Amino acid sequence: MQITQILFLIFAAIILGSAFKVVTTKKMIHAAFWLIVTLFGVAALYAMLNAGFMAMVQIVVYVGAIAILFIFAIMLTRKELLDSAAPLNKNWGVAALFGLLSFGGLYTLLRNWEGFSNKASALSTDVDMITELGTALVTPNAYLLPFEVASVLLLAALIGAVYVANEAKSD
Amino acid sequence: MQNPWIYVGLFVLVGMFIPIAAIAIAAFLGPKKPNAIKQSTYECGIETVGDSWIQFKAQYYIFALVFLVFDVETVFLFPWAVSLNKLPLFAVFEGIIFILILLAGLVYAWKKGMLEWV
Amino acid sequence: MEFWKDPINTIFASLLKSFTSGGMSEILATILIWLIGILLFVTFAMVLDIFLVWIERKVVARFQDRLGPNRIGPFGIFQPFADIVKLLIKEDITPVGADVIMFNLAPIFSMMSVLLLWAIMPFAPLMVGVDLNVGMLYLVAAGSIGTLSVIMAGWASNNKYATMGAFRTVAQMISYEIPMVAAILVITVLAGSMGAVGIVEAQEIPFIFYAPLTFIIFLISAIAELGRSPFDLNEAESEIVAGFHTEYTGMKFGLFYAGELLHSFTFGGFIALLFFGGHRFFGLEELGPIVGALIFIGKALFFYWVIMWVKYTVPRIRIDHMLAFNWKFLTPLAFILLMVTALVGRLFLESNWLVPALFLSNILIAWLTVEYLKSHARKEREKEEALKPSTQMTQH
Repeated sequence: MQITQILFLIFAAIILGSAFKVVTTKKMIHAAFWLIVTLFGVAALYAMLNAGFMAMVQIVVYVGAIAILFIFAIMLTRKELLDSAAPLNKNWGVAALFGLLSFGGLYTLLRNWEGFSNKASALSTDVDMITELGTALVTPNAYLLPFEVASVLLLAALIGAVYVANEAKSD
Repeated sequence: MQNPWIYVGLFVLVGMFIPIAAIAIAAFLGPKKPNAIKQSTYECGIETVGDSWIQFKAQYYIFALVFLVFDVETVFLFPWAVSLNKLPLFAVFEGIIFILILLAGLVYAWKKGMLEWV
Repeated sequence: MEFWKDPINTIFASLLKSFTSGGMSEILATILIWLIGILLFVTFAMVLDIFLVWIERKVVARFQDRLGPNRIGPFGIFQPFADIVKLLIKEDITPVGADVIMFNLAPIFSMMSVLLLWAIMPFAPLMVGVDLNVGMLYLVAAGSIGTLSVIMAGWASNNKYATMGAFRTVAQMISYEIPMVAAILVITVLAGSMGAVGIVEAQEIPFIFYAPLTFIIFLISAIAELGRSPFDLNEAESEIVAGFHTEYTGMKFGLFYAGELLHSFTFGGFIALLFFGGHRFFGLEELGPIVGALIFIGKALFFYWVIMWVKYTVPRIRIDHMLAFNWKFLTPLAFILLMVTALVGRLFLESNWLVPALFLSNILIAWLTVEYLKSHARKEREKEEALKPSTQMTQH
């Protein structure tokens, strides 16, 4: 096996293992930290694909902002810091069975799909990728409208957060 | 090699190894005499009272939310900034519109009193 | 001569030849040589960290009109080594009820987040660890790992005050990341590249002349991001004992403390890189990369001294003032500067008037800001004057 395949398997194992721990761990804040491990694993996968910008964006936005938001939300809604409830209820056997069946169904469906052997056309290596991304973001034919709509979406998120926080403060 | 991130991965490994080595040496060299008073948590010199539960202010969450919105905004602005000088003048105005929309959001949050600490 | 011009690649090539002639595959030899190089580099960073402790104590002493450590070795230069030995032989106390794994991981992550920054610091264009083309985002990402380590430390200590201090520290650190990233965006616009080496090479004239106000914003945000005075409310002894690292003893505390000093030095290096031309010094850097590296370290030490100067001169700022200052003043100012710099820089892109135009636009924005602040202060004062006479009359 090539070294890249071994690395991919290691990172995939880290991601899947920590995702499993997120849903089965007893303390909520441990779940948040296992989620952070999952996000680091995904960033490592992006870095393996040489998509440096995506890896850094993953860490800056997901680990640096969203994970911290999750931790603050857990702190805000738990009465004690050491809250630990049973993570699994008595139906976990049926749920696991459904999970395995879905995985088996997807596997048989996708096993003979020819899309796996399609290769995307190679990007030209003599231009800087980030310049290409920036050009694509502001060209009217490419992604200009999604770029501006993204800013409106962020504004909507901010207004929504302000509204919810106002309600929370007034009672 | 083709992928410069291998170097960063090695740096992460070495960067974790050196502090672990420092702590391991300290754990090896230091005395180990635990007793109940040493291991109790510190509360300004008096005995600890009550559980470790604090009143968590909602302000922390609101600041984290506003930070999240601006963080995603700056991430969008990075490719724009890199390619700015190679693009026509129109691109500058598109970026300025982007920033202005989000500054309007900041002013809205300010006027609604979301940026106060108390 | 070849070595003088390009030291790292020459050593690398010769080591690679000797390893592969012994029969090792090329990939394995490359990784092994890189590993040895990184170990040496990180050891150099840690030794520098030790001397930074000595510099810090001598400088604070001089600012406070006293001598500082001068007993151990000439000028007290072996004092930090004594400190390290003391920290190593102290007992590791883990408070009862603390989360052992996270309690131990927090100082490791804190130190790792600082050491990671050394991978992209360009001591000279040919003496850089790896020239990532997303260098500046990497800087922000390493800052996020530091923020994470603070939350881990505060929560794992099972101590009310540590947790409160940790949340306040995190609120401060994430708030001040926004003007810092906006200042970095201004530099990216001017340099046309996000990579550290690209920014250094674009500075024929140092960027301080293009964007002086951005330098001030970056300096203030960097000092707040580091958690140094005047923004050190969360570590001040009279306020909250020691904040998030209250429960840490021995070498773990040493890692937090030394990590903070190394972080300050690294940010001094980034200020030198972003605004003052990195390794340039009136043409002296043409002599070779090693001279360039020494110039870079000298500039980084100078800005580390500036950060210390601010620390030991200015009193501490309260947390609500600190956050209001960031969200109501620094963030709008930083984004307005970004818009103005992008516009003016693009309009004057090829002409000779680029630097004066940008400099004048910075002065204009600074003057407008001061005028706005003065009118705002005048309005506040008038509001207070209007309230006063009525209360005085009722007191009669």
